[in-house]
Amino acid sequence: MSVEPAVIRVEHLTAGYADRALLEDLSFEVQRGEVFAILGGSGSGKSTLLKHLIGLFPPMSGHIWLDGIDIATVQGAARLLALRRIGVAYQSGALFGSLTLAQNVRFPLEEYTELPDEAIELIARMKLDLVGLRDFADSLPAEVSGGMQKRAAIARAMALDPAIVFLDEPSAGLDPVTSAGLDQLILRLKQGLGITFVVVTHELPSIFAIADRVIMLDRQSRSIVAEGRPQELRDHSDIPVVHQFFNRQPAAGVEAG
Amino acid sequence: MPAQSSDALLEAGPPESDAAVLRLSGRLDAYSVGHLWDAALAALASRTSVPVIVDASGVAYCDVAGAALLVDLLRRPRAPGAEVSVRNLRSPFDRLLRQFDPRGFEDRPPPPRLDEPLAERVGEVGIAVLRQAYERVAFVGEAAAAAVDTLTNLRRVRWREPVLIAQRMGADAVPIVVLIGFLIGVILAFQTAVAIRDFGADVFVANAVALAVLRELGPLMTAIVLAGRSGSAFAAEIGTMKVNEEIDALITMGVSPVQFLVVPRMLAGFLIAPLLTAMANFVGLLGGAVAMRTFGIPFVTYFHQVQSIATLGDLFGGLVKAFVFGLLVAGVGCLQGLKTGEGASAVGQSTTHAVVGGIILVIAADSIFAVIFNILGL
Repeated sequence: MSVEPAVIRVEHLTAGYADRALLEDLSFEVQRGEVFAILGGSGSGKSTLLKHLIGLFPPMSGHIWLDGIDIATVQGAARLLALRRIGVAYQSGALFGSLTLAQNVRFPLEEYTELPDEAIELIARMKLDLVGLRDFADSLPAEVSGGMQKRAAIARAMALDPAIVFLDEPSAGLDPVTSAGLDQLILRLKQGLGITFVVVTHELPSIFAIADRVIMLDRQSRSIVAEGRPQELRDHSDIPVVHQFFNRQPAAGVEAG
Repeated sequence: MPAQSSDALLEAGPPESDAAVLRLSGRLDAYSVGHLWDAALAALASRTSVPVIVDASGVAYCDVAGAALLVDLLRRPRAPGAEVSVRNLRSPFDRLLRQFDPRGFEDRPPPPRLDEPLAERVGEVGIAVLRQAYERVAFVGEAAAAAVDTLTNLRRVRWREPVLIAQRMGADAVPIVVLIGFLIGVILAFQTAVAIRDFGADVFVANAVALAVLRELGPLMTAIVLAGRSGSAFAAEIGTMKVNEEIDALITMGVSPVQFLVVPRMLAGFLIAPLLTAMANFVGLLGGAVAMRTFGIPFVTYFHQVQSIATLGDLFGGLVKAFVFGLLVAGVGCLQGLKTGEGASAVGQSTTHAVVGGIILVIAADSIFAVIFNILGL
């Protein structure tokens, strides 16, 4: 796998909003076809990193390469082409409230492909079937539960069968059964279609179930404190924050009190 | 036949025993299968009586869009003995295809559109109107109870809130009220003058402007401006809070949203509308004076005429209306905000209803006032 060029390459990225840097000098690579998890406590900059990776915000310095394209500087048609190769499921779902679930999934297909209408409808329903929502295709987002909205958002993120799918806390707020089902789905899509997943999460069971590699961000140092396979980090890391995270221990201050 | 896109190809293969063969090859994804889709369905439709084998050995890549093409071929109803099958699809893609049950995606006819009988629709509309009326009445009651509660516990009132709202609703609206009031005065004077000049009665334009502005146009225009500026803002503000579950948070904290959100706004509306109306009255009369000046009527004559015709009753009658209009506009804005449903479009709907409902209510109330004032002989 390492002979192939990395599908995402981040070089010396400093990221933040306005003049305030939340992450400094990050460098890492994501290989094609792996599930890559971004971990960290609240406020460690996980979502900030994700928003930079998908090109919503330009880096303060450094570069982000998606499939060899610098997402921060690419403009016009090339940018659209790059964005078509990624799919994003946002934390809140961000479904369009006035459209049914099927119409939400249809939206990117209608925008970008020349498929006949009937084919788009079938594809949309199959994507919803993949996330277990075939019977809710004609419901509005407001009519289904939060977990269903989340799964529908994942179906929409995968509407164009992108090469890279970004998931922001996909299993937060889901019941354990649905969450495990989602993990299965991610693994199936990874194995079957070779999709690369970048997942922001702090659900330990899900990390161990799906993640090939993880990076862990830390609020204090504003950088990556650990990188590697989740099992190895759990069993062998001697970095206190990593140890606490994987063994669900309270932070040192709380423990001492 | 054969159909081809940049990456994918569909062609007929040599028939095997009694079965027809369709060969698919290349890359089947959302961008390439669109060009094959209709041709594939047509090829299937032209071979209704024989089994069809879709040979996918040449498929290099197949994602869900590609699988959808195969599912679409597999799900078509076929005669017995003329089934469609897919063979030689490489393993990861085959596994993907087998996740879907083609029978589960059979074309369902769209649900028949039920044309409700006229009587039923009339009834539904009637019930909706009644329910709306009930909601309004309930809201008025709730708001009144909350207002009384507030007035009896004056020390508990957070005065910062209504003062801030009054500033946004009142002080910030002064420029637009002045502009509109002035222009209304000018327009009214001009139009009346055009009609009345032929009779040589130019000077009486002042009478018309004074009565119209003080009794009707001042309060009415101010209320409409308030509905557009503040009623909509109240609905959007409270509506967004509703969508974000902030209203639920208030309720679970034991704080009445009506008391916390609605009373300050209605109080602000009640106090601000007459002040803005007084200002609109003043600049409206001024606008009339400026317009009449161009017809050669001096300011002194104009204002003397105004004084002789307009009574304090006209002025205060208008201001009393303004109190009511202010309450109505603020109340409808808050009511619509609290009634907001789910989602972003619901906030837009509430805002629209707040403005439209506010203006309708103001005009309806104005006509009731006209009747009352007429009976009282004012």
